[in-house]
Amino acid sequence: MDNNAQDPMIPQLYEVTRTIRETHDSFSLYLNSKDDSDIPEFGPGQFNMLYAFGVGEVPISISGRAEKSGNLIHTIRNVGSVTSALSDLKRGHTLGLRGPFGSSWPIEACKKQDVVIIAGGIGLAPLRPAIYALLEQRDQFGEIAILYGARQPKDLLFTKEFETWRGKYGIQVKATVDSADREWKGNVGVVTTLIPRVSFDPIHTVAMICGPEIMMKFSMLALKQSGMSEENIFITMERNMKCAVGFCGHCQFGPTFICKDGPVFAYNKIKPFFETRDL
Amino acid sequence: MGKLSIIDKENLNKLIAELNQQGYKTIGPTIRGEAIVYDRISSIEDLPEGWTDEQGPGHYRIKKRNDKALFGFNVSPHSWKQFLHPPEKKLWTAEKNGSSFKIIPEELKNPKFAFIGVRSCELHAIAIQDKVFIQGPHIDRVYQINRKDLFTVSVNCGQAGGTCFCVSMKTGPKVNSNFDLALTEVLEKDNHYFVVETGSDRAQSIIENIDKRSAQDQELKAAEQILDNTAQNMGRFLDTEGIKETLFENLEHSRWEEVATRCLSCANCTMACPTCFCSTVEDVTDITGDHAERWQKWDSCFTMDFTYIHGGHVRHSTKSQYRQWMTHKLASWIDQFDSSGCVGCGRCITWCPVGIDLTEEVAAIRKPDETKTDNT
Amino acid sequence: MKSLESIVENHPFFKDLEPRYLELVTGCASNVRFEAGNFIFRQNEEANQFYLIRQGKVALEVCPPNRDPVIVQTVSEGEILGWAWMVPPYNCHFDAQALELTRAIQLDGQCLRKKCEEDHSLGYQVLSRLLPIIGKNMEATQLQLTDIYGNRS
Repeated sequence: MDNNAQDPMIPQLYEVTRTIRETHDSFSLYLNSKDDSDIPEFGPGQFNMLYAFGVGEVPISISGRAEKSGNLIHTIRNVGSVTSALSDLKRGHTLGLRGPFGSSWPIEACKKQDVVIIAGGIGLAPLRPAIYALLEQRDQFGEIAILYGARQPKDLLFTKEFETWRGKYGIQVKATVDSADREWKGNVGVVTTLIPRVSFDPIHTVAMICGPEIMMKFSMLALKQSGMSEENIFITMERNMKCAVGFCGHCQFGPTFICKDGPVFAYNKIKPFFETRDL
Repeated sequence: MGKLSIIDKENLNKLIAELNQQGYKTIGPTIRGEAIVYDRISSIEDLPEGWTDEQGPGHYRIKKRNDKALFGFNVSPHSWKQFLHPPEKKLWTAEKNGSSFKIIPEELKNPKFAFIGVRSCELHAIAIQDKVFIQGPHIDRVYQINRKDLFTVSVNCGQAGGTCFCVSMKTGPKVNSNFDLALTEVLEKDNHYFVVETGSDRAQSIIENIDKRSAQDQELKAAEQILDNTAQNMGRFLDTEGIKETLFENLEHSRWEEVATRCLSCANCTMACPTCFCSTVEDVTDITGDHAERWQKWDSCFTMDFTYIHGGHVRHSTKSQYRQWMTHKLASWIDQFDSSGCVGCGRCITWCPVGIDLTEEVAAIRKPDETKTDNT
Repeated sequence: MKSLESIVENHPFFKDLEPRYLELVTGCASNVRFEAGNFIFRQNEEANQFYLIRQGKVALEVCPPNRDPVIVQTVSEGEILGWAWMVPPYNCHFDAQALELTRAIQLDGQCLRKKCEEDHSLGYQVLSRLLPIIGKNMEATQLQLTDIYGNRS
């Protein structure tokens, strides 16, 4: 299929090959192209527009690629009509897909550096392909720390993978929640409280942050306080999206289009706009 | 400079006929109700002979002239974008089939437009929308096919409009590029003629079929004089020097609060503007739920839901909406598309119900913010 | 086995403390340990201890009426537990329970307070280390309050 001739507004048909209930309100869909054609390559951090028949489209980050089948994985939080329709899909069902779109996490820039990954809530999903990319060439990177915060223990994603990340790959993985009951034996407190508890060399570190804007803002402050400079901090922005190809104008953030220039941004490139309210 | 010749009214008519003969759909200015709009025309009879438009902030009237000029007005309420980038278009249909479905893209049809009477600012606006829709990493197929064979018979403005400022934006009044034919209408006591400049090979071959003669020096001088007059009589000025930096450095200027007390968020400016391109998509189904359609429609950054993401609107105040519109148009656009987004046509000023004038707003923002000066 | 003084000296809270203050502080110190499940202090008790956590994890809990206890913060290695010993009326605001085996230096609140009142420079040392921690805790709590993970993830 000649992707250049492809109308970017026409979805390709994909089939659900597997569904996983991740948390009480999040689920993962494993997708294969319906006509078995090649799934396009994607960079970690990129997203697809997923179409639920008759309901609409949403931008969802790719959260991984299944090892054996090569199927695309999308981890989705059920927050509206489209995501709710997607959560009703079962194995064998069809959805529409356009993409991949957007910019990627700077894996190359992480080589020979320490890496700090900070995720909040569903934010670990767009970061997971970056984590996998780091694991694939583990010896190219220094210390790697993953700091993950969520509202409550039941909101934490991918917890089953943490032990492998720690044990097999020597990654520092720390999770925290805003509040918990006595069953939880882990940390309670906002995710920035984890930063002093991991070791990394702030002068030689790249940070990748994904989560609610406030969380990203305070995480960046804490990282700067610990000695990091802004040009090594990467965040991901989110805005209303209708087309994902730079035509509808909805996703504009200052002079950038989140769908083309983002969603991953080097913080120093967008700093003045990030700090302006209601932009 | 292309080849120059002279034609008269009768041969202008023949030109329109010739274009229709060759399969073009001729669109031009014509009177509808109380306005001069762009619509399907078939002869010069359809043109607003002897009419002009009187434009001011929040003001538009058509008035009778004391001559028979065919193009004696400035810009219509809507621009040519309604033809190239239609207000509504169906993108595709989806048909359900059990737990699966298929998608049928909408067939693309080449309308083969010929626009008669395009102003220089409007040609620039078309070039600006070309950058958005067909010169980026993705192509808008509908715009592409509408634009493909577009034939432009442009017109040099015989007078400055009530609200326009093309000289400031370097988009006129003289038509300089991206045109097939450029006409300058000259009305002398007993003589009504058009200086015609050809701007393309196909334009040259079209006018082979009509009567024309070579232009004499004084006729060319008359045309030049008209354009000079127009340029000298601009009613407005927008200082574009360092405008991007000025706006980006003043995102918290108190003027934004002030203009927000006047702005109604009515979105007229975005509808009338020839470069505004924002759209939304709508997914609809029929009552059986087996048949779905996806439509693309014009949208405006002033609409309530424009920036909605689960749980909130990023820009929920009129202040932030107006600031977005103006900084996008005059500043961000430069980073995004290497030119200003404004062509100085003045429509946003004319069609704002409360007469907000962006040249005035720019001048105000260039002034230091009085509310922020230190009190010592 | 390390001396008490060197343990106090090496805890991040008292990093770079001058030797004469270190001596004063160590005079109020003792080594303690809590098994998992032990309560270190309970809400409304008199606040008389200040803990430098060396190892382990402590949960600060609130117990709303008719509901299960909610953990609002955890404190671990390198951090401190308790500051109400410095502020009248010296009452504990939360329950503190060890989640796992926890070792700490316990500083007698009354003893340390008395020494701070006698030597204001020592008082300044203690307060100037305490304030930023309380400030950070407050900011963190405010962030937790805004429920940032709510509907917008």
